[in-house]
Amino acid sequence: MNYIPTIGLEVHVQLNTNTKIFCGCKTSFGDPPNVHICPVCLGLPGALPVLNNEVLKKAVLAGLAIKAEIHKKSKFDRKNYFYPDLPKAYQISQFDEPYCTNGVITIEEEGRKKDICIIRIHMEEDAGKLMHSEDSNVQESYVDLNRAGTPLIEIVSAPEIDSSDEAVLYLTQLKSIMQYIEISDCNMEQGSLRVDANISVRPEGQEKLGTRAEIKNLNSFKAVKAAIDYEIERQIDLINSGEKVLQETRLWNAVSSRTVSMRSKEESHDYRYFPEPDLVPVVLTDDEISAILNDMPELAYQKKERFVKDYSIPEYDAGVLTAKKEYAEYYENLVKKGVPAKKASNWLMAEMLAFAREKDLEFKDLCSFENLSALLLEIESGTISGKIAKTVFAEMIETNKDPLQIIKEKGLVQITDENAIVLVVEEVLKENQESVQSFLDGKDKALGFLVGQVMKKTQGKANPPLVNKLLLERLKK
Amino acid sequence: MNDTLKKLSEKLNSKEINAVELTESYLKKIEEKDVKINSFIEVEKEEALRLAEESKKRREEGKALSDYDGIVIGIKDNILQKDRKSQAASKILEGFNSPYSATVIQKLQEKGLITLGRLNMDEFAMGSSTENSSIQTTKNPYDLKRAPGGSSGGSAASVAAGLVPVSLGSDTGGSIRQPAAFCGTVGLKPTYGTVSRYGLIAFASSLDQIGPLSNTVEDAEIIYNIIKGHDKYDSSSIPDREYKETKKSIEDIKIGYPPEMLEGISDEVKVSFFKVIEFLKKEICKDSQIKEINLPYQKYGVPVYYLTATSEASANLARFDGVRYGRRAPDAKNLEEVYELSRTEGFGSEVKRRILLGTYALSSGYYDAFYGKSQKLRKLIQEDYLKAFNEVDVIIIPTTPTPPFEIGEKTKDPVSMYLSDVLTVGASLAGIPALAVPAPFDKLPLSIQLQGAFFSEKLLFDLGRKIEQAFPAPPAVF
Repeated sequence: MNYIPTIGLEVHVQLNTNTKIFCGCKTSFGDPPNVHICPVCLGLPGALPVLNNEVLKKAVLAGLAIKAEIHKKSKFDRKNYFYPDLPKAYQISQFDEPYCTNGVITIEEEGRKKDICIIRIHMEEDAGKLMHSEDSNVQESYVDLNRAGTPLIEIVSAPEIDSSDEAVLYLTQLKSIMQYIEISDCNMEQGSLRVDANISVRPEGQEKLGTRAEIKNLNSFKAVKAAIDYEIERQIDLINSGEKVLQETRLWNAVSSRTVSMRSKEESHDYRYFPEPDLVPVVLTDDEISAILNDMPELAYQKKERFVKDYSIPEYDAGVLTAKKEYAEYYENLVKKGVPAKKASNWLMAEMLAFAREKDLEFKDLCSFENLSALLLEIESGTISGKIAKTVFAEMIETNKDPLQIIKEKGLVQITDENAIVLVVEEVLKENQESVQSFLDGKDKALGFLVGQVMKKTQGKANPPLVNKLLLERLKK
Repeated sequence: MNDTLKKLSEKLNSKEINAVELTESYLKKIEEKDVKINSFIEVEKEEALRLAEESKKRREEGKALSDYDGIVIGIKDNILQKDRKSQAASKILEGFNSPYSATVIQKLQEKGLITLGRLNMDEFAMGSSTENSSIQTTKNPYDLKRAPGGSSGGSAASVAAGLVPVSLGSDTGGSIRQPAAFCGTVGLKPTYGTVSRYGLIAFASSLDQIGPLSNTVEDAEIIYNIIKGHDKYDSSSIPDREYKETKKSIEDIKIGYPPEMLEGISDEVKVSFFKVIEFLKKEICKDSQIKEINLPYQKYGVPVYYLTATSEASANLARFDGVRYGRRAPDAKNLEEVYELSRTEGFGSEVKRRILLGTYALSSGYYDAFYGKSQKLRKLIQEDYLKAFNEVDVIIIPTTPTPPFEIGEKTKDPVSMYLSDVLTVGASLAGIPALAVPAPFDKLPLSIQLQGAFFSEKLLFDLGRKIEQAFPAPPAVF
């Protein structure tokens, strides 16, 4: 029997506002514990939340970027549960009236496009962090509330994802959109992007979805993929051996590469949601929504269309260059410096991407666009050949030196002086009588060998078209 | 006769007395008399005298912050003051020192008022007699066997006993008005959102409101005008531009009273109430301007109030878990026990009862039947009032269904205690202002309640002044 997996993802995105969602404390990562706290985010008696308007703006921007419906009226609710990292013992979230519903994220695989529906996005506050001693004899745990009250949006997809590969494509696309609109750095390691996966399987031909398990603790795209694959297999094995899949919350254990049960449906919390009486309903006017829309940066698909039109590069190239906002900005900087559009795109797609992936670096950290454009302009002006340029490039990303300096230091300037090249050509012809004869006998391949010999003697610095021309002139004499 | 705020202000202005002498005189009264009343949980003597010195100096330099610079005030134990203890009369907040001040405290201090100490209350403002305090039982200065009302019993009793000229309380379903009534004082529950709740230990957020208790309507008005106003730290606080004061003179005022709300109240309350009605007909407005009105949904007030308030309280009081502040159970050995033991030992039985009730009302499967339904009825009660205020400007009803009851009389029967709020919860659910003013009485205090549309405080004060002039409350002798 064949089984069809169905996956829905809940993604928490930390918004990059300067201050927290309900108080004026700074949002931060990596500072000493409990330095960014106040009565509000500490949950002191008498403290009251006040919505940070920047959070609302960024949240609305996220909704508009996935073409969702923004609700002019929404409200906050209290989600009640006890945990030491949750100072008020309730999380302020949005329950039955979120600010945003019904969006879409389009994924693309080998030219095939698929729309994944976004059921809803809502705003909420983050909790603090517990700190446990690594020494098992220590009986105390500590709580750091710097993160408590950091703004989050939760993006909930419909169960329309069919495989772990699609899940990763969806997350990549979601991350790219959030980075494009600059509302989050989406850093999974630092927890500014967090993913929970709902997974079920059903026999082929059955309409009704199977019982789902919710998987938590997915800290990287790799973990998402591995956990989904593991869980699909686990559920299929259960069904095949005559057992039932239980509705439960499971944790991904990256060390053992397994999911393990955390709590069953019966043990799940009753959060007792009710409207947050300390906050007034969130009201947005048409004008406010249009103002946010007007501030919307150009999105990936819009950039792609523009690149094709303005720079006359193939759609494929435009797609690669706009996959990340960083790539697109880098590319446009090169073009602005005068590098021909196609040459810039070739270099980014071949050289830069390869090195960036290998070294796991951003373009700008690999090599500044000022240096790369200077190098590419040297090819344009004929000072160096394309081949030499690759040598300079390799050196440049190692040492971070100015390309002009490298060219000068290493004496790599292209030889364009005909008289100088003629001398080498004469020498090569004299030393390779056999090849000359082959050429004269009609074997064109021999020309290539002779060009190669000239380049070798000039350490690759001779201008190749010129070498070609001079060799032919001499051979035809 | 206790001095009014204006009288005290005159004495300070004329240098008949300075702020230190004034403060010392009240501290002396507290020392002598509060042993009988138990209204103060803590008298902050040193701090008060330090503030009095500063005030005295300001006045000497001609830099008084206001006419009331140097006048003392008592504060209910659920209103926070920086670097001072505050525990809402609960064991669970033992040792809690607030790192910040409530907005109302800041506003009082900006005018130079001196806070004298913490006043007793029902634990977390849950109660109608102040018997639910974990610390002490406060007595009614008019009859020491009787309860001062609650939850702001300490605030009412201290004013009635002359230990402070004025005090702050908080009202969620009648917690200012009912003790004011029991102690023969004036008490105002302002329009919801006009006084900041920032720094008030929350009981039921959508109902809580801070207000003054005082000997005279004028004093209540003075304090109300100091503490009101928009606060950016309280989202439910009304922006100043939206505060549209009712402009109406009492000569052409229309008054209504709902006869169905007089059912089930004691005879002496009824007699006193109609004395006031007769006076108003004769002296204030024409016969035709006092009419009977209908508030059909008022009868659901008490259950709607208790479902709303306990639901919100179940979340508001969840933060008292022994993890970050207050009292942690000393025997707790793990996280579960920190929660269970701290809360079991820290909360009193009425607070536990209400947390359980509210938790139940919000539970999955019961939400619609309890919390959900109560919110629909709350809307209908609000609409009742809106309709009524199309016909009349002020609604007049008694404040309490009975004179003050005896200490211990109702503690065995929580429902009978809850029913003592029957006349006050309506204004709380609707968010409208209500002023309790002494009604004619001989020995045990009785009170009349004036309710008006949003922002009609001024009108209520004007009418209240006429009633208090006609029926001055005899002072408490104890």
